[in-house]
Amino acid sequence: MSTSEFDTNKVLEQEENLQPKMVTVEIAGKPHRVPAGITLMKALWYTGHEVIRGAGCLGGFCGACGTYYRTKDDPRVKTCLACSFAVEDGMSFSFAPPFPARKAIYRMEELKDPKQDLFTLYPEAPLCRNCNACTEACPQAIDVREGVWRAVFGDFKAVSEMFMNCVMCGLCAPVCIADIAPNFVALYASRAQGVYFTEKPKGLAERIQAIADGRYDEEWNRILSMTDEELEQASASAA
Amino acid sequence: MTLSALQDIVHQTREARRKQVLPKLTPSERDTLIKKFHPDCREQAYRPLKFGPNKGQLTVRELAALLEGDSPVPYDLPLDPDHTVDVLVIGGGGAGCAAALHAHKAGAKVLLATKLRLADSNSVMAQGGMQIAVAPDDSPVQHFLDTLKGGHFKNDRQLLKVMVEEGPSIAQWLLELGVLFDRDTDGSLHVKKGGGSTKPRLVTCSDYTGLEIMRVLKDEVLNRQIQLLEFCAAVELLTNRDGVCTGAVLRDLDNKRFIVVAAKAVILATGGIGRLHIQGFPTSNHYGATGDGLALAYRAGAPLVHIDTFQYHPTGAVYPEQLVGALVTEGIRSEGGHLVNARGERFVNELDTRDVVSSSIIRECEEGRGIRTPTGRMGVWLDTPLLELEHGAGTLEKHFPAMVRQYERYGIDIRKDPVLIYPTLHYQNGGVQIDVNAETAVPNLFVAGEASGGLHGRNRLMGNSLLDLMVFGKRAGLTAAARAASNRQGVLTLQHLRRFREEAKRYGVTEQITSPVILPAYTRTQDS
Ligand SMILES: Cc1cc2nc3c(=O)[nH]c(=O)nc-3n(C[C@H](O)[C@H](O)[C@H](O)COP(=O)(O)OP(=O)(O)OC[C@H]3O[C@@H](n4cnc5c(N)ncnc54)[C@H](O)[C@@H]3O)c2cc1C
Ligand code: SF4
Ligand code: SF4
Ligand code: FES
Repeated sequence: MSTSEFDTNKVLEQEENLQPKMVTVEIAGKPHRVPAGITLMKALWYTGHEVIRGAGCLGGFCGACGTYYRTKDDPRVKTCLACSFAVEDGMSFSFAPPFPARKAIYRMEELKDPKQDLFTLYPEAPLCRNCNACTEACPQAIDVREGVWRAVFGDFKAVSEMFMNCVMCGLCAPVCIADIAPNFVALYASRAQGVYFTEKPKGLAERIQAIADGRYDEEWNRILSMTDEELEQASASAA
Repeated sequence: MTLSALQDIVHQTREARRKQVLPKLTPSERDTLIKKFHPDCREQAYRPLKFGPNKGQLTVRELAALLEGDSPVPYDLPLDPDHTVDVLVIGGGGAGCAAALHAHKAGAKVLLATKLRLADSNSVMAQGGMQIAVAPDDSPVQHFLDTLKGGHFKNDRQLLKVMVEEGPSIAQWLLELGVLFDRDTDGSLHVKKGGGSTKPRLVTCSDYTGLEIMRVLKDEVLNRQIQLLEFCAAVELLTNRDGVCTGAVLRDLDNKRFIVVAAKAVILATGGIGRLHIQGFPTSNHYGATGDGLALAYRAGAPLVHIDTFQYHPTGAVYPEQLVGALVTEGIRSEGGHLVNARGERFVNELDTRDVVSSSIIRECEEGRGIRTPTGRMGVWLDTPLLELEHGAGTLEKHFPAMVRQYERYGIDIRKDPVLIYPTLHYQNGGVQIDVNAETAVPNLFVAGEASGGLHGRNRLMGNSLLDLMVFGKRAGLTAAARAASNRQGVLTLQHLRRFREEAKRYGVTEQITSPVILPAYTRTQDS
């Protein structure tokens, strides 16, 4: 392929500055200089911190890296996931310590009345005082307070949809003045929604039965006796 | 040109590109492209293993060093067990949780040890979905054929047949646990089409499939009160005098102490290898993906398969810098998103297999049609706004909320602007060789999930991994539990380690790293 007609320099010429700017951040109370725009997690490594607890997926999905931070001149302490949040000049941050919230133990398949059982498993759930601190603490922008109420009122479907992106970081629990762990309440409601209030998918049981009955055996025999070339043809013609 | 001027080219060419149909490559075109541009084909990145079960076989240098590395465990470590169990599961991702739950259900006393927290893993990040032949016009046989084709016909057919046939019952199991898969209006499981598949076959939970599955599995492991050791990494296996696996040595990462576990069966579910940054590639993998299980199994004498092939996911983020290596879900391409070079041209059928698409992106960049990021990386565009045009405004927010949010954090609106991507080290195609019950050549040592190999051949099809985990996690768990019920606890020795060290010496291997590495060395030291 010829690339001569193509002026790469023109396309690649960039005005952006390749040299990283440095900013000052405060990590657990100590100031450090780090490159602008890196994640809080990378700032920790950059400044020589060894990270064992506090890092998991590094992709914003596991909730291991819940972090408190504050930006310059703003008194408000906010939360974020350190692996997917960028540093800015004058920012101050620390990892959130693991919080010993209580998770109820239950046998999902043995519940009698899942919507009522919520109150036995999490008796504190209906005591929400609407302070909204949980919602403000959520780095995933979930309306956590609303979710707790929906669970209490038995709208498990809404809960399951609202909390689909909950990373279980647990940052909503330590702030709760009613000692609710909203994420555990939501997880319970969400699973119950799946187990008790969602219809069985059409065709799935039949497909499992068909496989058990050997309905594909003939095709298997044909396929498994083929050479690679024949298989290649078979898979190409199916495409 | 600035990035935004380059972006304009994508906007300007969108309409014209929509009418274009790009053919998939013929087998011979594929081979030529891959040979020339796929990272697996860079000879200088490889070397033969000097000793051990795969002696003489080629693998990447990073993995060779890991496999030939020395154990942190001294031969004279006192082996009085701190825990005695039926089944020891090592690794708390999808495969580990599935294995633990099934072994527990079968009546075994299970201990699950994992390096980070339970569920901090690759599994939790899976966005694209899980391949299961549930649609009326689909079949397990078709699933088998697609996978075989994707794997260049090098797949272990027995393993593959087992996987595709057990797929639907795995969907059933997850539904019974409360996993909320996406549905069609008539209540059937919604299926999406993935790269390299002839039929829509991906079952999904929005673009949080792995997260939803792992939230539920973790909750279930806790509900079943399965004994758990978090922040405990396995660093060595234990064997009896006949080389049968009898337990493992863990290291508590909080206090650095060794913990000795006696077990009648051991299941390694330690996942992938991305954090070894093979050939310097960025990776989509989690913090603990350092291939520990491979090193452990190799030292105990279990052969590995397909250790010369890795999957570079075509669409890893290269911009902004904070997202480098992170995955941009394949779903964007499944739904019609174009890959576009600096000139505004498409250059590959976006739904071709991963190895083909990755190779073609590398070709574009190496031949000067890539886009340079402010930090000097190269990439090509993934035209995300096109989806809003094709399927209506709001499509991205509805089907890819995780991705919208991922970029929003850095001020990029993927509904309006395309994103820059480049292949990222994503998956270890091969791994420890197993049989249909997930047992290795070392008796009573099982391996499930990404750490195992054979099933995917030389290239894994999108969505097959989540199914692999569940099927072979289950089989490992059930077989291990049955084994435990009929066996006595064997003696704990480090004889295999003595043999390994002697062999290293015999082959003149003296400069060894300490293996497993447990976590990547990202912490900057004074002189780095
Ligand atoms: C970003 C991303 C997206 C993906 N998307 C999809 C998708 O859409 N569909 C699909 O099918 N596949 C997908 N995959 C692939 C799939 O998720 C993984 O292959 C799969 O989850 C691996 O599961 P596992 O249980 O084998 O390993 P993991 O889930 O990685 O779990 C391994 C566990 O073992 C622990 N561990 C590691 N070493 C040790 C040790 N020495 N001692 C104790 N514990 C240890 C780890 O910390 C971790 O908890 C994706 C992968 C990534 C990274
Ligand atoms: S709901 Fe709670 S646990 Fe879930 S993401 Fe928000 S703060 Fe974290
Ligand atoms: S923090 Fe607690 S009390 Fe306040 S709104 Fe949330 S659940 Fe209710
Ligand atoms: S490390 Fe998993 S969310 Fe940050």
